Amino acid sequence: MAAKKLSLFDQHIIVQALGASFQKLHPVTMMGNPVMFVTEVGAMITTIGLFFKTPGESIGFGFQVAIWLWFTVFFANFAEAMAEGRGKAQADALRKTRTHTIANRTLASGATEQVPAEMLRKGDVVIISAGEPIPADGDVIEGVASVDESAITGESAPVIRESGGDRSAVTGGTRVLSDQIKVMVTANPGESFMDRMISLVEGAQRQKTPNEIALIILLSALTIIFLVVILTLKCFGLYSGISFTITVLAALLVCLIPTTIGGLLSAIGIAGIDRLVQKNVLAMSGRAVEAAGDIDVLLLDKTGTITLGNRQATEFIPAPGLTTEELADAAQLASLADETPEGRSIVVLAKQYGLRGRSIADMPRADFINFTAHTRMSGVDIDGRQIRKGAPDAVKNFIGRDFPRPVAEAVEIVSRSGGTSLVVAEKDRVLGVIHLKDIVKGGLKDRFTRFRAMGIKTVMITGDNKLTAEAIAKEAGMDDYLAEARPEDKLALIRKEQAAGHLVAMTGDGTNDAPALAQADVGVAMNTGTQAAKEAGNMVDLDSNPTKLIEIVEIGKQMLITRGALTTFSIANDVAKYFAIIPAMLISLFPEIAPLNIMGLRSPQSAILSAVVFNAVIIVLLIPLALRGVKFRPLSAASLLRRNLLIYGLGGLVAPFVGIKLIDMLMGILPWR
Amino acid sequence: MDIYGWLQLAAFIGLLLFLTKPMGLYLLRVLDGEGRTFLDPVLKPVELLFYRIFRVDRKQEQDWKQYTISLLMFSLIGLLFTYLILRLQHLLPLNPQGLGPLSPDLAFNTAASFTTNTNWQSYGGESTLSYFSQMVGLAFHNFVSAAVGIAIAAALVRGIARHTAKTIGHFWVDLVRVNLYLLFPICLIYALFLVSQGMIQNFKAYETAKVVEPYTVQVVKKDTTGQEMKDAQGKAVMEEHKIDTQTIAQGPMASQVAIKMLGTNGGGFVNANAAHPYENPTPLSNFIQMLSIFLIPSGLTYYLGRMVKNRRHGWAIWGAMAVLFLAGVLICWSAESAGNPHLTALGIDRAGGNMEGKEVRFGIFNSALFATVTTDASCGAVNAMHDSFTPLGGLVPLTNIQLGEVVFGGVGAGLYGMLVFVILTVFLAGLMVGRTPEYLGNKIEAYDVKVSVLAVLVLCFSILGFAAWSAVRPWGLAGLNNMGPHGLSELLYAYSSAVGNNGSAFAGLNANTPWLNTTLGIAMLCGRFLFIVPVLALAGNLARKKLVPESAGSFPVSGLTFIVLLVGTVVIVGALTFFPALAMGPVVEHFIMTGSGKLF
Repeated sequence: MAAKKLSLFDQHIIVQALGASFQKLHPVTMMGNPVMFVTEVGAMITTIGLFFKTPGESIGFGFQVAIWLWFTVFFANFAEAMAEGRGKAQADALRKTRTHTIANRTLASGATEQVPAEMLRKGDVVIISAGEPIPADGDVIEGVASVDESAITGESAPVIRESGGDRSAVTGGTRVLSDQIKVMVTANPGESFMDRMISLVEGAQRQKTPNEIALIILLSALTIIFLVVILTLKCFGLYSGISFTITVLAALLVCLIPTTIGGLLSAIGIAGIDRLVQKNVLAMSGRAVEAAGDIDVLLLDKTGTITLGNRQATEFIPAPGLTTEELADAAQLASLADETPEGRSIVVLAKQYGLRGRSIADMPRADFINFTAHTRMSGVDIDGRQIRKGAPDAVKNFIGRDFPRPVAEAVEIVSRSGGTSLVVAEKDRVLGVIHLKDIVKGGLKDRFTRFRAMGIKTVMITGDNKLTAEAIAKEAGMDDYLAEARPEDKLALIRKEQAAGHLVAMTGDGTNDAPALAQADVGVAMNTGTQAAKEAGNMVDLDSNPTKLIEIVEIGKQMLITRGALTTFSIANDVAKYFAIIPAMLISLFPEIAPLNIMGLRSPQSAILSAVVFNAVIIVLLIPLALRGVKFRPLSAASLLRRNLLIYGLGGLVAPFVGIKLIDMLMGILPWR
Repeated sequence: MDIYGWLQLAAFIGLLLFLTKPMGLYLLRVLDGEGRTFLDPVLKPVELLFYRIFRVDRKQEQDWKQYTISLLMFSLIGLLFTYLILRLQHLLPLNPQGLGPLSPDLAFNTAASFTTNTNWQSYGGESTLSYFSQMVGLAFHNFVSAAVGIAIAAALVRGIARHTAKTIGHFWVDLVRVNLYLLFPICLIYALFLVSQGMIQNFKAYETAKVVEPYTVQVVKKDTTGQEMKDAQGKAVMEEHKIDTQTIAQGPMASQVAIKMLGTNGGGFVNANAAHPYENPTPLSNFIQMLSIFLIPSGLTYYLGRMVKNRRHGWAIWGAMAVLFLAGVLICWSAESAGNPHLTALGIDRAGGNMEGKEVRFGIFNSALFATVTTDASCGAVNAMHDSFTPLGGLVPLTNIQLGEVVFGGVGAGLYGMLVFVILTVFLAGLMVGRTPEYLGNKIEAYDVKVSVLAVLVLCFSILGFAAWSAVRPWGLAGLNNMGPHGLSELLYAYSSAVGNNGSAFAGLNANTPWLNTTLGIAMLCGRFLFIVPVLALAGNLARKKLVPESAGSFPVSGLTFIVLLVGTVVIVGALTFFPALAMGPVVEHFIMTGSGKLF
C-alpha cells in the first residue's frame, strides 16, 4: 500500500480537505489549538462588529478584514486536513484489503466450525488453506506455507511462514498461497496489526508529542502576551486620544500571534508519520518519530545491515609446496554439494583459476559429506581421496595434528583481517586456507561519516569474535562494535548507553530481541519477525530492511527541523507586521510618524489589510514545506543551525516586508477596490 | 561623539573584560559552601557563628521549594523590618534633623523598593530619611537584596550544572557567604576609595551656607493659619521670596554609595543621586561607579562558564550582553550628541548636543554611558535626568529596562534573567538542529518552557498592565508633569522601572501619591518575587534532569551564531512586547520632534 507515493496535491485529497476544513471551524474542535482558537474568536468579533457602525471605518474595510481572518483560520484547518487526508487515502487503500472473511475455527473436540473473522478472539485456533485470506493476526503453530503479504508490504514476492522460530507471525489481511497452516490468533478484532496501521496512518489515535506540547505552551504564552499588548494598547490609545477600533485591534492581534506555526504544527507532525509510511515504516506513535530525531546511538546488526549477509570466498592461500590451482581444485571438489552461500562462492572463486565447471552429476562415485553441527566440516570422498573443509580446529581434529607453521600463520592473518578461515585438508595433509570475507555494503562508510558529524555513534552488533568484529567495524567506518553478542548483551548495552544519557535505536526480528526492542528508544521490528518482536518495538519496517534505521533517524530529524524552522520563521515575521500596522494605527493622530512606514504602504487601511492578507496567505504557501519537510542535510549541529537560521530566521525577517509590500501594490491596481 | 568618548568607552569595556575572570574565579569560591578564600582566617569564625546563632545546618542542602520558602520568608521579614523603621523613624536615634515618620503608603513603597533591590525613591533622601533609616533600614537591604539576587543566580547555575540532583544549594549559606566574603570586603575598600575622591562620610547635622548670588522666587502667599490665600477669582496670591542661604545635606554617604553601586541598588543618598557633587565628586569616581555596577554581573558570566564546564558558553553570554550594551550606549550617545534640532536651529548649544538635565561636569558621553549602564543593570542610580534626554536617548534606558535588565543586569538578577532568555532561545531555535531542544546536557521540556514563559509573562503583565491602567485613570495622570507622548513615556518608565526593579525614574512623574506609591510598590514586589519563583522552579527541574551527553549534534551554545541568536531573541521578544507602547511614547515623540515643531 504505502509503496504508492501520493502526489503532494492529489486532487481528491484537496477536495476532501476543503470539506474537512469547514468542519474543523467548530469552536470546540478549535480549542485544541489555542493560537488558532484566538484567531477564530478574533474573526467572530470582527464579523459581529460589521453589524454595528464604527465611526471612521468603512464597512468595506471591516468586511475585508473579517473575511481574511476567517481565511486564516480556514487555511490552518486546511493544512491539517491535507496532512490527515494523505493519511486517510492510505488508510482507505488498506481497508480495501479487508474483505469479510470466514474463518475455520477449530473446536476443542478437533472439529472445525465456520465463523466470521470478526468473531475470532485471542487464543482461537484457525486453519487456513491455500488461496484463503488469513482472518486475523496470529502465530503459525503447525505447518509451513507461502504467504502473499503484498497487502501490507507492497512486495509481490511471497514469503515463507512456518511454525516455531522467528518466521511464525502472520498478519490478518494477507493471503496463503500454498499449503495449509494452523494459526493461533493473537489479537482481538479492532486490535490487529492492520487495525492499528489504519488508525495510525489516519491520525485517529494521534496524540501530541512531548515536544509539541512544550511548543504549544510557548505559543499559547506568546498569544497571551499579545492579548495583553493589544488590550493595553487600547488604553494607551485612549490616553493619547485615539480610539482604536475592534477591527484594527483584532487585525493586529491575529498578525502578531504565531498563526503560521500554530496553523501548521499538527500538519508537520502528521506529515512526519506519513513520510515514514511512504518508506514502508509504521511508527506506533508520533513520540517514536520525535525520539528518532534525538537518537545518538545506532545499534546495527552486522548481518544484513552492514554486510551483504553472507561471507564470500575471496582468496586461496596454499600450504607450502602446493600451487594455488591445486588448492582451488580440492576446495571446489569439497564444495560442490555445499549449497550454502559460502560454499557456492568457493566454487565461483575456483573458476577464476581456470578450473572448468564440474557438476555433481558427472561424479556418480563421489560420496559427499554434509556439514553437521557435530563435525563442523563438509567435504567429499572420491577416488580414494578424502577431502574436507571446515573451521580450523575441526580440521585440526580431523588430521590429528597441528598445522604446519605457514598455514597456522595464514589462519591468524585471515582472522586478524576480520575474515574467516576455512582449512582444506586431504586425509592428514593440510592443503591450504580459504579466506572467507564479509562484504560490507557500498556507501555505508560515507553515511556513517556523516552520522558522526551529526553526533550519532554507530555500534555494530555481531556474534562474531572480537577480531573479526573489529576488522569489519573498521572497514564499515563504525565507531564501536559489540562482539560475541548474545541478546542479553544487547539489552545490557542499551541500558548502559541510556544510563549515560544516550538515546538508542536498534532493529530486531527474533523473539529474543523483544526485550532489547522494548528497551530501546526507537525499536524497529522487522515485519518478517515474530509477533513478540513487533509488539515490543515502536516501529515496524514492512520491507524488513534493517538499513532503513538510518532513514528513520533522518526523517525524525527532518520533522524536528521543519517544526523549528517554521517556528523561527513565524516569530521573525512579526517585526515586519509591526512596521506595517503600527504607523497605520497612529498616523491619524500623529501624521509625523509617516517615516516609520518604511515600506511606503499606500494607506493605513491598505497597510493593515496587506498585513492580514500576508498572514493568511503565508500559511497556504508553507503547506507544501510543512508536508514535505525541510530538506535534510547531514551536517553538524553548528552548521545546521547557521544554515537554517539564515534561511528561516533572516528569511522570516525579510520575507514579510517584501510580501506585504507586494500585496499592498497589488491591491492598488485591483479594479474593485 | 568625540574621541574622548570613544577612548573612555574602550577603556570601560576593556577594564570590564579584564576584571571578569578574576571576579568570576572569586565568585566560584564564595558560592561554593566549602570554598576557601583568602579571607577565611578572619571571616570563617564569623560565618560559623552566624550558622550557630540561626541554627543552620550548612551541610544539608535545600531543594528548590525549601530554597524558595527560605528566600521568601527572609524577604518578608526584611520588608516588615524596614517598614517599621520608616514608620517609627521619629522615635529612633541618629535623626539630627528631627525628621518625622513616613506615611503608610510611602513607607510601604520604600520598604518594597529596597527589599526588591529596586531602590525606587518616592522620597527625597536628605529631606525625608534619618541617618538611622538610611543606614539600618535601607543599607541593610542594599546588602541582603543584592546577596539574594546572587544566590538565586547561583542556584539556577547549579540547577543547570547538576544532573539527577535534588538540591540546588543552601539559601542561608549563600546569603551569609555572599555578604561576608564578597560584598562587605569590597565595599569597605570601595567606600575608602570614594572618600579619597571627596565623598562625605559623617553624622553631622546639615550645614547652612550663604549663596553667592541671592535670588528671588514667586511662592504662594499663606495666611496666618497656614492656608494658601486666594484672590477674588480663586487664583492663588503670590508673593516674592528671597533666597540667600542654602542647606547642604550631610551624612554617612560613602558607605551607602559603595553598596548602592556594587549591589546594583541605585538608591541615592541624596535626591540628586550620582549627579550630586558629594555623591559623585570626580570623573574617576564617576568611572569607577559605573564599572562597579557591572563588576559582579560580569563576573557571574564567567562563574556560569566554569560551573557548567563550558567556558565558551560563559563568554558567549558575556558577548551577547556586550553587544546589547554597546548598541544601547551608541544609540543613546549619538541621540544626545545630535541634540534637539529645534534648539540647534536657534543657535543654542550647538556643539554640546542635548545638555538639558545633564550635569555639566559629566557632559554628553558620561551621561549617556551612565544612563545605559544603570538601566542595563537594575541599578537605577542616575547622574543625569533621563526625562530630559532626547526621545531616542530616553528610549534606550526605557528599552533596557523592558528587556528585563539582562545586559549584565542586576547582581544575579541579570544572569538569571538572561538564562531564562537562553532557555527560550534554545527552545525556539533548538529544533533547527534536528533534535528536541537541549541546553548544556539538559533536555528542555514542557515544564521548563512553562516556568520560563511564566517569568516573561509576569514582566509583560505587570509593566503593561499597570501602565495601561494608570494611563486611563485620573490618579495615574495626576502625577504627570507632561501630557502627550512624553507623559506616556514617563508612566511607562515608572512601571517598567518598578517591575524591572531598576529604581531610576524618568523624573517627570511626581510619584509620591498614595495611589502611585501603592501600585508601584506592588509592581516592584511582582517584578521581583513572581519572577523569582518560576526561576527557582526552573533551577529545581533542571537539576533533576538526566545528563544528555554533548556531541557534534548538540545545540551549540557558544560562538557567533549563538550570540546572534540570543541577541535576536532578547531584542525580538522584548521589542514584540513593548514596541506598540513605545511607538506611542518615545518613538512618536522622536518623529514629532524631527518632523514638526512640537516639543513635549
